[in-house]
Amino acid sequence: MTGEELKRTPLYEEHVALGARMVPFAGWEMPVYYGGIIEEHNAVRGSAGLFDVCHMAEFRIFGASAADALQRLLTNDISRVSEIGDAQYTLLCDEDGHMIDDLIVYHTGELEYMIVANAANRANDWGWLDERLPESVERVDESDRTALLALQGPKALSVAREVAGEGFEMPERFQVAGADLDGVPVLLARTGYTGEDGVEIVSHSSHAVQLWRLLLSFPEVAPCGLGARDTLRLEMGYALYGSDMDRTVDPVSAGLGWAVSMGKGEFVGREPIAQVKASGPERRLAGLTVPDGIPRHGYPVLHGEEEVGTVASGGFSPTLGHGIATAYVPSALSVEGTRLAVGIRRKTVPAVVTKPPFVRDTSLFRG
Amino acid sequence: MYPSDLKYAREHEWVRVDGDTATIGISDFAQDQLGEVVYVDLPSEGDEVTAGDTFGEIESVKSVSELYAPVSGEVVKVNEALEDTPETVNEDPYGDGWMIVVRISDPSQVDDLMDAGAYEAFVSEEA
Repeated sequence: MTGEELKRTPLYEEHVALGARMVPFAGWEMPVYYGGIIEEHNAVRGSAGLFDVCHMAEFRIFGASAADALQRLLTNDISRVSEIGDAQYTLLCDEDGHMIDDLIVYHTGELEYMIVANAANRANDWGWLDERLPESVERVDESDRTALLALQGPKALSVAREVAGEGFEMPERFQVAGADLDGVPVLLARTGYTGEDGVEIVSHSSHAVQLWRLLLSFPEVAPCGLGARDTLRLEMGYALYGSDMDRTVDPVSAGLGWAVSMGKGEFVGREPIAQVKASGPERRLAGLTVPDGIPRHGYPVLHGEEEVGTVASGGFSPTLGHGIATAYVPSALSVEGTRLAVGIRRKTVPAVVTKPPFVRDTSLFRG
Repeated sequence: MYPSDLKYAREHEWVRVDGDTATIGISDFAQDQLGEVVYVDLPSEGDEVTAGDTFGEIESVKSVSELYAPVSGEVVKVNEALEDTPETVNEDPYGDGWMIVVRISDPSQVDDLMDAGAYEAFVSEEA
């Protein structure tokens, strides 16, 4: 990205006015925090937080054969989201069965789907899909004119209900519905990346500021930056593209086999993924509890004296008050309770394999 | 923001000289840049630190930074409380957030440090 102009979301001025610390992220100038990562993290676990995720990419795919085409390009079974309003986590894999991106597909209308993709992968995903979708399937990259806000936390739904007004029926988890928020037409999706219940709100980018201010007018809602987004998702063990997933690893090794449907028929990457599934992956993404240090991306993971892997995602868990991580390790060492260690510069500190989520007492699990 | 009784290093540590000892911490600017401190790794009493070399590490949620010794000497006291309450570095960087006390081996090194006015000017260029 060096030398390239950073892009700004429609909410840039709002962030600056709130005193956000802005950092470059995936080619965008984004808020990492306003007050502090821990206080924002705790706001989401305890009340509600609002995130600007306008940098993420949105593609609209529609037409009579849209579902068939996506069925062949994505790993999950799109027939499971056959109803309008259904949503699904899925993966885009290459012919080697390696992950190009992780996506959420929303069934937004008659023969119409919206794909939300990672900001860093926008051009790559779009190129991949555009090249492989048949002519009969329409596709539009809506990212530039689409705003995406995430409202997350135990109080997120009550705020969303209030702004959506009486008579609005809140979608179920992994469902999406049209709504009118203060006169703004939006899609309200009951999805998120924090481990809390909540909604993600899709609108035209021209309405982003109005929605942002409306939601922040609720005292229970705090503006939250990408720093808290990362600590929140890490506590859940949610995979992050670029850290836990990339073009060298398959979904099964990443613990994402549940997002791959082997029974649906042919799709890109099926054969190599089936082979990994049959033989069992050599390495698996394991969760690590690290009580005495903060493991970070790239740090070595040790078994005895031997280096057996590197930290994929790592950091400080504000809820637990210590370090947590994910790391690819030999499958035999990925068993819960296995004692490993992490090299943190001059020191080696203990690490215990722990099945994520690292934090279970959240509104998502309490229901 | 930058108390006038302290001396400051380019790496954003401060020094409070008292006779032949120096108390060392990090400046308000440094703690603000780091964000919420969650871990501080300090040397032990009896260790020698060397001016310009690292004497420990400080971690916020987002990043790790080295701590650089502004002066050389033997560590005679360590702020053990930071192990349990590292956030004190944010809350009171010049008071309870101090890190180590060293017995200064070369007093002339203190003269090489900045006074509050010079440090403030230095920081405003960096910010």
